[in-house]
Amino acid sequence: MLNIFEVAETNKMIEKENLDVRTITLGISLLDCIDSDLGECNRKVYEKITKTAGRLVMVGAEIEKEFGIPIVNKRISVTPIALVGGSACRTPEDFMTFAHTMDRAAKEVGVNLIGGYSALVSKGMTHADELLIHSIPGALAQTERVCSSVNLGSSKTGINMDGVRLMGEIIKETAELTKEQDSAACMKLVVFCNAPDDNPFMAGAFHGVTECDAVVNVGVSGPGVVKTALEKVRGATFEVLCETIKKTAFKVTRVGQLVAQEASRMLEIPFGIVDLSLAPTPAIGDSVADILCEIGLEYAGAPGTTAALALLNDQVKKGGVMASSYVGGLSGAFIPVSEDQGMIDAVSAGALTLEKLEAMTCVCSVGLDMIAIPGKTKASTISGMIADEMAIGMVNQKTTAVRIIPAVGKDVGERVEFGGLFGCAPIMPVNEFSCDAFIGRQGRIPAPIHSFKN
Amino acid sequence: MKKTIITVVGKDTVGIIAGVCTYLAENGINILDISQTIVQEYFNMMMIVDTSGTSKSHSDMADELKALGEKIGVMIKCQREEIFQSMHRI
Repeated sequence: MLNIFEVAETNKMIEKENLDVRTITLGISLLDCIDSDLGECNRKVYEKITKTAGRLVMVGAEIEKEFGIPIVNKRISVTPIALVGGSACRTPEDFMTFAHTMDRAAKEVGVNLIGGYSALVSKGMTHADELLIHSIPGALAQTERVCSSVNLGSSKTGINMDGVRLMGEIIKETAELTKEQDSAACMKLVVFCNAPDDNPFMAGAFHGVTECDAVVNVGVSGPGVVKTALEKVRGATFEVLCETIKKTAFKVTRVGQLVAQEASRMLEIPFGIVDLSLAPTPAIGDSVADILCEIGLEYAGAPGTTAALALLNDQVKKGGVMASSYVGGLSGAFIPVSEDQGMIDAVSAGALTLEKLEAMTCVCSVGLDMIAIPGKTKASTISGMIADEMAIGMVNQKTTAVRIIPAVGKDVGERVEFGGLFGCAPIMPVNEFSCDAFIGRQGRIPAPIHSFKN
Repeated sequence: MKKTIITVVGKDTVGIIAGVCTYLAENGINILDISQTIVQEYFNMMMIVDTSGTSKSHSDMADELKALGEKIGVMIKCQREEIFQSMHRI
């Protein structure tokens, strides 16, 4: 039978170390809403979302109460809208009606974000994909809860450089449209290489076409729990360090698995995956950078950071894999800058640069995430940064992403403030040497040699 | 059997166990196990109870126990057993 120490340990994790379920994300397929009539298609989308997710928030609150664990976000991801709206939309404005419909549906069911205003263009773009991408800046500026993602490459197909070039311009345009709010709409836009179909985390969540009609995905998080566990093994060997991370990740993930199963049962919707990511928040003690410091670095970004992060990411996966029956494709450690107080401090102290962050993305879950750069940065430079990140993902057969905020009217030395979970970020300097001629080339980068496995 | 874990944490005072047990008895909740320690004058108690005999929903029970705790001056939490089982047992 359970003993008082085990119960106290779990409750200490929840109360003092910020253990929480970061999100229950309900994936909803909209493929059956496709219609050549724009109004009709929008109506079907609204109905499907509100009908399927009607009880999501209530069920989340109930689970929270029964298990005594906070569930921070309840969210929805849908089939990439470029596929859903393809036959109904003739202009970018037509696509924007879907963003408004999604926003309305999200407000109706009470979720804080809805993902899937997306296009999958890893090899080429259809006309519909192109229209949707052109509508992204307006859609994100005019709506509150809609998130957008674009998959620009994969290890199987290579990198769509026409898409990369276009997205550099789209990110700039998105920033410009919300310049009064520190270009905040860029937080809701992410580009991917090897985007997973079952990602529960925003802004990159969408419901892949290989998924079933509706599915419950859960993301757990607890950087504070890992950090506290590591405080007890200061100076110990790598073996002890790794074992400690692994065991902690196991415990954290088991909670996610339990919540996912319970949510699935209560919603009568199949359970998809648990994503066992260490996702930080700006709250003190909820930082991935602090774990790196606890492992032995003065600041995140110091020499040794990439190795420490590689170790952390790997052990989190090893511990989590056994704890859940189905583990999501994005699992590992997240390194967003603005959402992690330790990262913000490291940037402010001059310890962490963009180039180091790029190196770190080679060994952890995602990519250049929530990074503010000067508003004057050229679109081609942003495309160059995206291309670099996509190449890392393509060659290493992992997911990489870019979510950067070119803060219009601001420069190095200033900060952007987003508030809440999104935090704040010091503006980081960008290498200003030109890559115009490279980005200006048409076409795509072929798939790497190790993709030919057939 | 539906097992629920009740934890009580707070400054030690007279009548904590009595208060909680009275509430449980009045609501037809059977106590299966109690363990209790005092750490640096702080009272720590864990109860494993069977809630299959009560007509109260988990949510009501959690709210009422929380309110009772506030009256006595301690913190009372009420959680389903599975969260601890899943974390500490393979």
